[in-house]
Amino acid sequence: MIQKPKKVLVLGSGSLKIGQAGEFDYSGSQCLKALREEGIGTVLINPNIATIQTSEGMADKIYFLPVTPYFVEKVIEKEKVDGIMLSFGGQTALNCGVELHDAGVFEKHDVKVLGTQIDAIKNTEDRELFVKKLNEINVKTPESEAVASVGQAIEVAKKLEYPVMLRVAYALGGQGSGVALNEEELAAKAKRALAYSSQVLIEKYLGGWKEIEYEVVRDAYDNCITVCNMENFDPMGIHTGESIVVAPSQTLTNSEYHKLRDISIRVIRHLGIVGECNIQYALDPYSEDYMVIEVNARLSRSSALASKATGYPLAFIAAKLAIGYSLTELENAITKATKSCFEPALDYIVVKIPRWDLQKFKHVSFEIGSEMKSVGEVMAIGRKFEEVIQKAIRMLNINLHGLVGNNLKFDDIKKELRMPTDKRLLAIVEAVRRGISVDEIYELTKIDKWFLYKIRNVVETEKGLLNCNIGNVPINLIKLAKQQGFSDFQIARLLFKEDGNNMGEKLLQARNLRKKHKITPCVKQIDTLAAEYPAKTNYLYLTYNGEEDDIEFKAKNNVIVLGSGAYRIGSSVEFDWCCVNAVFTLKKLGYSAIMINYNPETVSTDYDVCDRLYFDELSLERVLDIYEKENPLGVIISMGGQIPNNLAMRLDRQDVKIFGTSPLSIDNAENRHKFSTMLDSLGVEQPQWASGAAMGVAANKKELEQYLRKAAEVSKEHPVVISKFITNAKEIEIDAVAQNGDLVIYAVSEHIENAGVHSGDATMVLPPQYTYLETIRRIKEITKSIAKSLKITGPFNIQLIAKDNNIKVIECNLRASRSFPFVSKVTKHNFIDMATKAMLGMDIKGKYNTLDLDYVGVKAPQFSFSRLQGADPVLSVEMASTGEVACLGSDVNEAFLKSLLSVGFVIPKSNVLLSTGPIKSKADLLESVKKLAEMGYNLYATEGTAKFLEENNVKTNILHWPLDKKEPSTLTYLQERKIDLVINIPKSLEEEELTNDYLIRRKAVDFNIPLLTNAQIAKLFVESIYKKKIEELEVKSWGEY
Amino acid sequence: MHEGKEARLVLENGDEFRGFSFGAGHSTSGEAVFSTGMVGYPESLTDPSYKGQILVLTYPLIGNYGVPAKNIENSLDTNFESDKIQVQALIVSDYSFEYSHWNAKKSLAEWLKEENIPAIYGIDTRKLTKTLREKGAMLGKIIFDEENVGFYDPNAFDVVKEVSIKEPIVYNERPNQEKVVVVDCGVKNNIIRNLIKRNLTVIRVSYDYDFLADFFDGLIISNGPGDPKMCKKTIYNVGRALKHNIPTFGICLGNQILALAAGGDTYKLKYGHRSQNQPCTLVNTKRCFITTQNHGFAVDMKSLSDEWQEFFVNANDGTNEGIKHKTKPFMSVQFHPEATPGPVDTEFLFDEFVKMLK
Repeated sequence: MIQKPKKVLVLGSGSLKIGQAGEFDYSGSQCLKALREEGIGTVLINPNIATIQTSEGMADKIYFLPVTPYFVEKVIEKEKVDGIMLSFGGQTALNCGVELHDAGVFEKHDVKVLGTQIDAIKNTEDRELFVKKLNEINVKTPESEAVASVGQAIEVAKKLEYPVMLRVAYALGGQGSGVALNEEELAAKAKRALAYSSQVLIEKYLGGWKEIEYEVVRDAYDNCITVCNMENFDPMGIHTGESIVVAPSQTLTNSEYHKLRDISIRVIRHLGIVGECNIQYALDPYSEDYMVIEVNARLSRSSALASKATGYPLAFIAAKLAIGYSLTELENAITKATKSCFEPALDYIVVKIPRWDLQKFKHVSFEIGSEMKSVGEVMAIGRKFEEVIQKAIRMLNINLHGLVGNNLKFDDIKKELRMPTDKRLLAIVEAVRRGISVDEIYELTKIDKWFLYKIRNVVETEKGLLNCNIGNVPINLIKLAKQQGFSDFQIARLLFKEDGNNMGEKLLQARNLRKKHKITPCVKQIDTLAAEYPAKTNYLYLTYNGEEDDIEFKAKNNVIVLGSGAYRIGSSVEFDWCCVNAVFTLKKLGYSAIMINYNPETVSTDYDVCDRLYFDELSLERVLDIYEKENPLGVIISMGGQIPNNLAMRLDRQDVKIFGTSPLSIDNAENRHKFSTMLDSLGVEQPQWASGAAMGVAANKKELEQYLRKAAEVSKEHPVVISKFITNAKEIEIDAVAQNGDLVIYAVSEHIENAGVHSGDATMVLPPQYTYLETIRRIKEITKSIAKSLKITGPFNIQLIAKDNNIKVIECNLRASRSFPFVSKVTKHNFIDMATKAMLGMDIKGKYNTLDLDYVGVKAPQFSFSRLQGADPVLSVEMASTGEVACLGSDVNEAFLKSLLSVGFVIPKSNVLLSTGPIKSKADLLESVKKLAEMGYNLYATEGTAKFLEENNVKTNILHWPLDKKEPSTLTYLQERKIDLVINIPKSLEEEELTNDYLIRRKAVDFNIPLLTNAQIAKLFVESIYKKKIEELEVKSWGEY
Repeated sequence: MHEGKEARLVLENGDEFRGFSFGAGHSTSGEAVFSTGMVGYPESLTDPSYKGQILVLTYPLIGNYGVPAKNIENSLDTNFESDKIQVQALIVSDYSFEYSHWNAKKSLAEWLKEENIPAIYGIDTRKLTKTLREKGAMLGKIIFDEENVGFYDPNAFDVVKEVSIKEPIVYNERPNQEKVVVVDCGVKNNIIRNLIKRNLTVIRVSYDYDFLADFFDGLIISNGPGDPKMCKKTIYNVGRALKHNIPTFGICLGNQILALAAGGDTYKLKYGHRSQNQPCTLVNTKRCFITTQNHGFAVDMKSLSDEWQEFFVNANDGTNEGIKHKTKPFMSVQFHPEATPGPVDTEFLFDEFVKMLK
């Protein structure tokens, strides 16, 4: 019998950021499930309130606290745990664990690290140790040397010869890494990297080699298997998180595959890893020569992908192995007949494509390389490469229809191929179309020719379709196109040669044509054994490369829930929480819940969450395919954010039953004209119009012109809405559930920032602390009247602005919003559960208290500016945050401070740099600055601010603006890290000062110095640190509030 | 567009699968079996154990890295498991007409045509695999146009005779090193390579060769196709070798022959093992190894005397994966320690064999 721990602390990964996203909700949730079914007590620390793992019933105790050594130790003391899991919360949890170990905390409190031990972790994270370890067993690593200074770096690079690769120890998503072609580039990169880490690795650059990964599992009895291997479409030089990846590998021979597999097992045994890890290789495209690039001794983005690619529950198994099970004792959860000690055989191919959102940022480069910039990913499953790559492109939801059928223009096509950007894949298509040979494309991209040939096949089919019309197209060509992953839309566009507005009708014509000829997709199972044994699996995908469904369609009480798609700025884990909760409710009520989603980072795509999982597209075409097969009671479209919401009208037109608010009402709320007319009739005020995908505040004519151009690119049909911008107003949100037009439950949250900051980037307080009761009462009345008028049944969200009790409605979304998990968890009423019941017709009437709480919840945004070189870290009406956290406290200051600490903010030690913007915000912040002085901070200020403060009897030291190029300069102080906090409030919109401000902000971000750019946030921050010390922040679990 | 000639696979239960040809263009027949390995088609196609069989690959994308050139070292081809394609025919879902690999000399289609082996793509191989799984391996035929052929059951013939060599061959002959006899029932090159690598002189003899007349230190009974009970002569010879206490190592078919020679029995499995991911537990331990397998028959452990113990057992279905004599130097495994294709985790068994010789 194994000696199981009694109570285990699991560290989560905190907010979603570039390089560390939703995949850790999946791994943490699986870990908790694995522990709970063993009867082991579970404690979780994770401030990411929108996750499934921080939901009721997932862990015995949940702490919405920062994953930092200080708070983790407090929780260890309080909960008296005897074991800790460090490998389920990404680099955040791992680094925190290493620090706690080094500080002797685990030893002091007698806490056992479960799974991979700290020594092994250090051997993988410390580059020098890592290389030494691998040398011991004659495994090759790239020639490299660890350095601690810029001088050393240059010396080493001379020895290795340029170009060299620079890597950072203990870093996330390749942060700070990059290729240096010469000394100048190296010096700049090394300096920046050394700001984050004490160790930097200078390495021989292997650009153009194949990049291959293996996911390896080992138990404490030395059983070791590789669950999945993956091949990067983009060769070495592009971070694997930025690469298109296929599983299994496609261009490796048996000899190469098993040589690398064997090395993986030898390395992982030698390192002594217990649980799951990932090993990355560079493989010479002209021989079997290889190099081990790195080992991640924890669950990772790749392991989440591998789990979804194979159906092998890596995180779940890793947790079981960590508490002492052997692989042979654990059942294969998919087949229920075989064991977990095996390597899945796939009879399909998957492809992952990253999702970028670079256009949301100012000044950011679109080139991709060794640092991660993507914010999410999609995965497509099929039985041909052409099929999966086309499916995956559509899944990105960036207005592309596949490899072909898009309206894209490239000027310098060869440059696009040579210098990869987020659009390179499409540039390859264009190059093929222009007749550039596969050999030449290979020379420019180093992408294996096998992939390029497949892309060429799609272009050839495109040509074939372009030469036909709907009347004369050969049926075999339609069939081939469908097998190569063409959508009905693509086929229609190529046959009709149109890109007008009536494509909706044309695509239905194409659909009807193929259906008439019985060209329909079939449903295949993912069973881990390629059908070798019978399997009871509900993990499914659709393909045209098959002629038989693997499953039968008998259930009478099916309900389909549409998922949220790729994580991107503005839509991430919070919508997955909503979808999963809807599924939970459906199952509880005895319905058979069918999930459709394609994001490998999610919990909703865990096949054991729902009754059937279709890992497939959320397009009209695919949803109809599934609807026609499953014949469900209806579809829930209001949980997954904007993607399913946008399908409402089109599904309705195809007579698909939609649960909840009618699609007509959704259209009435989404259409500005109709919505505006309705508000007028209700006597509800609105600002003279706002909204749109490309939002901005234009202060002058030139800026307005810029915005208009950008907006026209985003939407051709409804390009732009211009509205009067109201300054210094408060923004308030209401999240609510109604039934048959009656408001049942609602929660009011207020923004700390004044209106003008995107609600996704705003800091939200619940219940409101600074809003008049009168305002709240009036908001409730408005909400009631809107619910009635739109006959809402289900979740909805209204955004409003208030100035002196004067309230205007900005917009209304008849679906769950980003803040539903936040309000559900803070008020302890599950809004999604209620909304789902309401949509299914169950009576949910009752009295629900959401206002009079004994505590406060504060939700704060997480930005990833440090990973987006050049991006201006400033808030605007365009959303820029990549994630969020929320913490609870006895008052707003406590909850706010916890939240800020959770997104990586550090309480400044001594030096604060102030440049407090226009005179109004200077005056606004005067009291705060005085408090800082009173607390003993050394204040530095730019000239204007210094002068203003001096006039108000606050002494500061002047630092010159960057463009003045005079010492003492703000930039020098920042570079030398003499500043602990920067408060920089954007001033006017004059070009030069913008540049000055920008340079300060960017420098602060590049050198990892806390930065505040909003006056209201700065005020609240100073007030909070004035009132509370870190030691005074309560360590209380969710249940204790 | 690449489109080959239409061709169909007809199974003995009447099921038909239609696809397109990418190999030789003539009708043929054999026993339809599947393999779930994701890599290694050049190795699988030349594995003599597939003699007489129509091989269905469940991995849908095949041909990606082409086919390497012949490359002879120590009188053995380093890139293939025997000197020709052994399967009757090949069935895949998606054939890659273009290949890409530094080591490739030709496409899979060119190779198949050269060796006159029919092949079809465009088949729902998952549906086909499920049929073969449920109904057991079935006879099948590939039909072009209406050129019909009769069914052919390799298990009813002495297929081992067809794949075994006729005259003995000696490899790696050097003074002062041990000599082992490999009884070739359809031996894969990598078994011989593994023995050469361990400084052994290898005498490869035909399946019915009376090796007891020669001087040697150890015996390997190789893998091979078909029903083990068809190998009467081999079983008889091995039985005599056991009486002389000659160190013996059986692989795959060799496991079954050793069991039969020791007085045991074999039977046909409902679901044969044809993959590169079979977990085998070393009996009485928690150690489990991932192995390559390709067999439709298994040893009935209960039929053996108590002088024998179970060596390995399949972690999935509990079937026998190897036997070992309790006191004498005889062992055998049902899986392929030589891999190719597949994982090399059990290659150490060749080291164990070498120890038995000392």
